[in-house]
Amino acid sequence: MTKKNPLSLQLKFDPEDFLPATNEEKESLVVMRESVGFWRDGARRLRKNKVAMACLFVIIIIMIFAFIVPSFYPYSYSEQIQGANNMKPFEFSAEEQARIAAGEKLFPHIFGTDKMGRDYAIRVMMGSRISLLVGMVAAVIILVIGSVYGSIAAFAGGWVDLIMMRIVDIIYTIPDILLIVLLSFALKSPLKTLASIKGFHWLSVMGENLVSIFVVFALLYWVGMARMVRSQILQLKESEYVTAARALGASGGRIIRKHLLTNCIGTLIVITTLQIPSSIFTESFLSFLGLGVAVPMPSLGSLASEAINGINTFPHLLFIPSIVISLIILSFNLLGDGLRDAFDPKLKN
Amino acid sequence: MGKYLLKRVLLAIVTIWAVATITFCLMNMVPGGPFLSEKAISPAATAALEAKYGLDKPFFERYVTYLKDACHGDFGLSLKQRGRTVMDIISTKFPVSARVGGVAVLVSLLLGVPLGVVAAYKRGTAIDSTLSVLATLGIAVPSFVICTVLMYFFGVKLGWLPTLGLSTPKHFIMPVFALAAYPTSYITRLMRSSMLDVLGQDYMRTARAKGLSQKVSLFKHALRNAILPVITYLGPMIAYTLVGSFIVEKIFTIPGLGGEFIKAINGRDYTMIMGTTIFLAVFMVIMLLIVDIVYTIVDPRIKLK
Repeated sequence: MTKKNPLSLQLKFDPEDFLPATNEEKESLVVMRESVGFWRDGARRLRKNKVAMACLFVIIIIMIFAFIVPSFYPYSYSEQIQGANNMKPFEFSAEEQARIAAGEKLFPHIFGTDKMGRDYAIRVMMGSRISLLVGMVAAVIILVIGSVYGSIAAFAGGWVDLIMMRIVDIIYTIPDILLIVLLSFALKSPLKTLASIKGFHWLSVMGENLVSIFVVFALLYWVGMARMVRSQILQLKESEYVTAARALGASGGRIIRKHLLTNCIGTLIVITTLQIPSSIFTESFLSFLGLGVAVPMPSLGSLASEAINGINTFPHLLFIPSIVISLIILSFNLLGDGLRDAFDPKLKN
Repeated sequence: MGKYLLKRVLLAIVTIWAVATITFCLMNMVPGGPFLSEKAISPAATAALEAKYGLDKPFFERYVTYLKDACHGDFGLSLKQRGRTVMDIISTKFPVSARVGGVAVLVSLLLGVPLGVVAAYKRGTAIDSTLSVLATLGIAVPSFVICTVLMYFFGVKLGWLPTLGLSTPKHFIMPVFALAAYPTSYITRLMRSSMLDVLGQDYMRTARAKGLSQKVSLFKHALRNAILPVITYLGPMIAYTLVGSFIVEKIFTIPGLGGEFIKAINGRDYTMIMGTTIFLAVFMVIMLLIVDIVYTIVDPRIKLK
């Protein structure tokens, strides 16, 4: 090989400069990054939000305790243990101590027992189960009714929209707490009669009160969702792709399902998540007033309400369900805020 | 303006009518009349009682009579508290709820608005994050939790504050705190976000550029514009707080309208339930109407539709 002249201005090539490029080199030249879909983009933003992730973690832990742990927990929520009334946390009754002395292994009452001798830890878990169930089922009902109603009103437009939105306005101005209290009271016995009819037995399995709470929420709380969906769809329905779909002969129902609702999915997710804590809030309120789920089924609200009378001697019976319910509502609220920032930043006001 | 007002008033009337009808139907769906709990009375006596209160008439006739009377402000006699009219009970109970509620509304406004302004002005500092944590807590913690925790620490453990009734100003502290916690937090958040919005506007820069002090620009220009969302929230908030929270009245044994409503529901005092519901609905609808009108006066940018 000839020696390189450092002063030469001529371009000098080595033989290896003419080898085909390796895959690595090719990739480094691609300017476009991988396309990121709506879900992955949102999830990435959500993962960066520490508060929201912590809340998600708390919610998952509470859900494990509410839905999975009770199935193998050594005590049951309605079982009254003889002689073990009003025990402090981690205390055993005289009878149980005798059994332990005899070599038996007993699971401690982590939160003590209530005045009927029922293990309080399992009651709090079951109460959280009811609260979570109410929140999530109500949110799904509201999601379905609200999005269908709102999208039909917006899509149809004209007098259909006018009449539908007037109905929403009326329901919106009705004082909701009053009607909730009234409805859940009035619905109790018709549901009980319905449950005795053959084919409706599942009603009594779920508990009539619980079903009546769902009905109440379904009847009253969808209006906020409907308004939100309507305002979104009013904007979306002017888009070109809707005109295109209509030109191709798509029916109204298909356009709503495939084009409009899928495009406001971010709003739907956020509002549904934020609906969960407010439903839990209302359920605990009703249970606290004695209009919630039926005994012996506990709910966090009714547990707190029962504990008020013994506030002097057994404050932990009051504080445990209170802390759990506050934690649940707080986590869902903050998670909803995080989801809003991740999936639908426009909603932030 | 006139057309808009007319439309709103019409909507309000329809809403009140809807509430009255729904309540009336619901009341008649509930089996077990108001006289069932009474100690074994003869069928004849029950019939006489029902005739006295008009419960023996057909459903539709009762409905029409009821609506007619209600239009004249006559909600009938209470079925449980003998000899007292519903209007009489409401007019003795409502002022009690309204007094506690009124103080709570004032407290939440006087606290919430300045706190929101401070949080927005000191955006990103420790003050802002502390306030936002507090506001989030205030929204998330249910009122019965606040009530019972307050009662336990200040009423039972420390014994600083009385827990029953409303006889002295000291009695007001806990119920007002419990009632005001949610609205205060909500107003703080509302105020913060709208203040942030306003602080970024061009006219704020103009105000500073023409030499206005920070204080004047903040309170004269920014506050006026930022307070608008709070006004919108004020309507339902005042209505709910004034008529009294059921929970707070139950826990602190305050003889207000909320407690009376729960008592009426449990005792199936039909006329009392109907009366209270319609009273609250009218109050609420009027509140919303007033706020709507005030809003359009305060903010001329809003066009009446």
